Amino acid sequence: MKNVTLSIGSGGKDMHAFINDYIVKKLGNNILNRMDDAGVLDLKGGRLAFTTDSYVVSPIFFEGGDIGLLCVCGTVNDVATSGARVVALSLAFILEDGVSLEDICKVIDSIAKTCKEANVKIVTGDTKVVEKGKGDKIYINTAGIGLIEDGVHISSHNAQLNDQVVVTGSVGDHEVAMMRARGLINLDVKVKSDAAPLNLLVEELLKKTKDIHVIKDPTRGGLASALFEIASNSNCEIRLVEETIPISKDTKAVCDLLGLDPLYLANEGKYVILCPKDSTKAVLTVFGKNAKVIGSVVSIGKVKLNIETFSGGIRRLGMLDSVQLPRIC
Amino acid sequence: MSDLKKQISSLVDEIQKIVPNNFVMMEVCGTHTMNIAKFGLRSLLPKNIRIVSGPGCPVCVTASSDIQAAIDICKKPNTIVATFGDMVRVPCAGDCLQNYNNVKIIYSPMEALDLAKNNKDKEIVLLAVGFETTAPLTAVVIKEAENRKLTNFSVLCMHKLVPQAIELIMLSQNIKLNGFLLPGHVCAITGSDYFDFIAKHKFSGVVAGFDAVNIMSSIKELVKCFIDSKYGVVNNYPNVVTNEGNLKAQSLVKDVYEPCDSSWRGIGIIKHSGLKIKKEYSKYDALIRFNVQIKEVKDPINCRCGDILKGEALPTDCAYYGKECTPSNPIGPCMVSTEGTCAAFYKYMEE
Repeated sequence: MKNVTLSIGSGGKDMHAFINDYIVKKLGNNILNRMDDAGVLDLKGGRLAFTTDSYVVSPIFFEGGDIGLLCVCGTVNDVATSGARVVALSLAFILEDGVSLEDICKVIDSIAKTCKEANVKIVTGDTKVVEKGKGDKIYINTAGIGLIEDGVHISSHNAQLNDQVVVTGSVGDHEVAMMRARGLINLDVKVKSDAAPLNLLVEELLKKTKDIHVIKDPTRGGLASALFEIASNSNCEIRLVEETIPISKDTKAVCDLLGLDPLYLANEGKYVILCPKDSTKAVLTVFGKNAKVIGSVVSIGKVKLNIETFSGGIRRLGMLDSVQLPRIC
Repeated sequence: MSDLKKQISSLVDEIQKIVPNNFVMMEVCGTHTMNIAKFGLRSLLPKNIRIVSGPGCPVCVTASSDIQAAIDICKKPNTIVATFGDMVRVPCAGDCLQNYNNVKIIYSPMEALDLAKNNKDKEIVLLAVGFETTAPLTAVVIKEAENRKLTNFSVLCMHKLVPQAIELIMLSQNIKLNGFLLPGHVCAITGSDYFDFIAKHKFSGVVAGFDAVNIMSSIKELVKCFIDSKYGVVNNYPNVVTNEGNLKAQSLVKDVYEPCDSSWRGIGIIKHSGLKIKKEYSKYDALIRFNVQIKEVKDPINCRCGDILKGEALPTDCAYYGKECTPSNPIGPCMVSTEGTCAAFYKYMEE
């Protein structure tokens, strides 16, 4: 058997192959097999959304955020992709012997602040310490649960013909901010991580309309990988228009210079939402002026993700193929 | 419709009106390969026009025997091999440079000189690949090494020249081409006159820039030249390219190198198609310094990088393409480099 490589954590093809060939094969069941960002359990009295995520980002403090902000946002945003109202989180630390307690305090303060912002409680937790050199300062795992109201059916399997594709803001900023934090780019650009909790916005949206088909978190692997997953799960063809995709000026400059494709860069505070045209206005109202319609579902029955380029040409997009940057969340 | 789309669409209309049946053109520059795929230009062109990629990607054309020489140097004690990112992943007889922890990825060849300065107890070897565009940079680095009196620095010189490869393709019986999109960056150094020889072979070529409009208008110009039997070079990138080119860069090249026979991946030896370091600078020639012999290395059977580089096959004609051979697990160099034909095809999934 071969060894684990960083590409298994990339959010691209290798990660999906690993999950399918090892995890789903050995542990699969009707809920896990759906491979949504949160598992949905049909319990007596209601439906519960449940998810977990580990955070290994390096460095732990970066422009626009830190590991504490991420470990709340990431999990809360994943639970909310099911349309659930997020109610509680667990929090587990793996700390390295010798790490500064001051840093850990800063992280905990950031967790507290973000929980307040997201209106969610930490209700259980765990702390382990490993020997010096056996971990990198701090790793965090959080799990989250939420409750789904009747009439809400949101899943990456639910895209339908003529659905519009909305992205809730500019793409790629988190990964570019991480590149700067690592000293990989030494450019005078103002790019901050976009990490932010989005659960309350989803609650607000569902008050306006329950007719939302897909919400997905375009984290590792970026917008293109997330949309390709939706196309695969919903067995549909999605067509994007390149010039409508919001990209901040600085992120675009970095991408042009380094030959990176912003559609494959990670985000931590953005959603891609698919909904019928009648619901689009509600999405744009709730997520504000940076949210844009970037494409639509043009056919059903064939998995395809196409983009109309700035020049008017058409090319296909797939899932991220090789690692861009490890340990960005 | 955006202005850009309007401009492109009117160029496409003009091409459509004049293009003859089965018009086949070749581009010979990695950036053209990448941009044509990225902009989705093939999808806009009429079906009777076909763009094939020639030997324009520096990593792709490097022979396995040269990569093996780099690996052999890596294995010597106290060496640091400095190279560009894509080179380290090119597979070579079951090995690749990535497997050695004394390989250092650099972004500018000048960084190799800093490495030499900061590691006096080590031998720094720069792997120099690329065409007329990058050869002057390596020449500058060699001269600068002399200025700085560095004694622990040398270059494994694998620079290649475009005209000899184009000539081979023009004479080939296996592909019938109607013209060339000539590489704008190369011409900026060499001047557009450098490619005048194609007229002798009754071929036309258009020097092209790299944005979508310039590529499309260059295609239009090329079709026109073909119809009018206007052989030779048209410069469609005049803001950057002149007839005589960058004379200073050319004199650097003449000063430091002399032409030599060179081995191209999947093609074999092409006469006078490479540059080797002149005797005066031989102390910087890694082949001499480490007494490395170039040995023949067998390329993987069925890997069609060579045919693809000559424009005689498409990536999809190769049995490995997209199956055993992907960017995360490449078999041939055309799938390794972002400028490689296979990688561009795969990434943008052109049909």
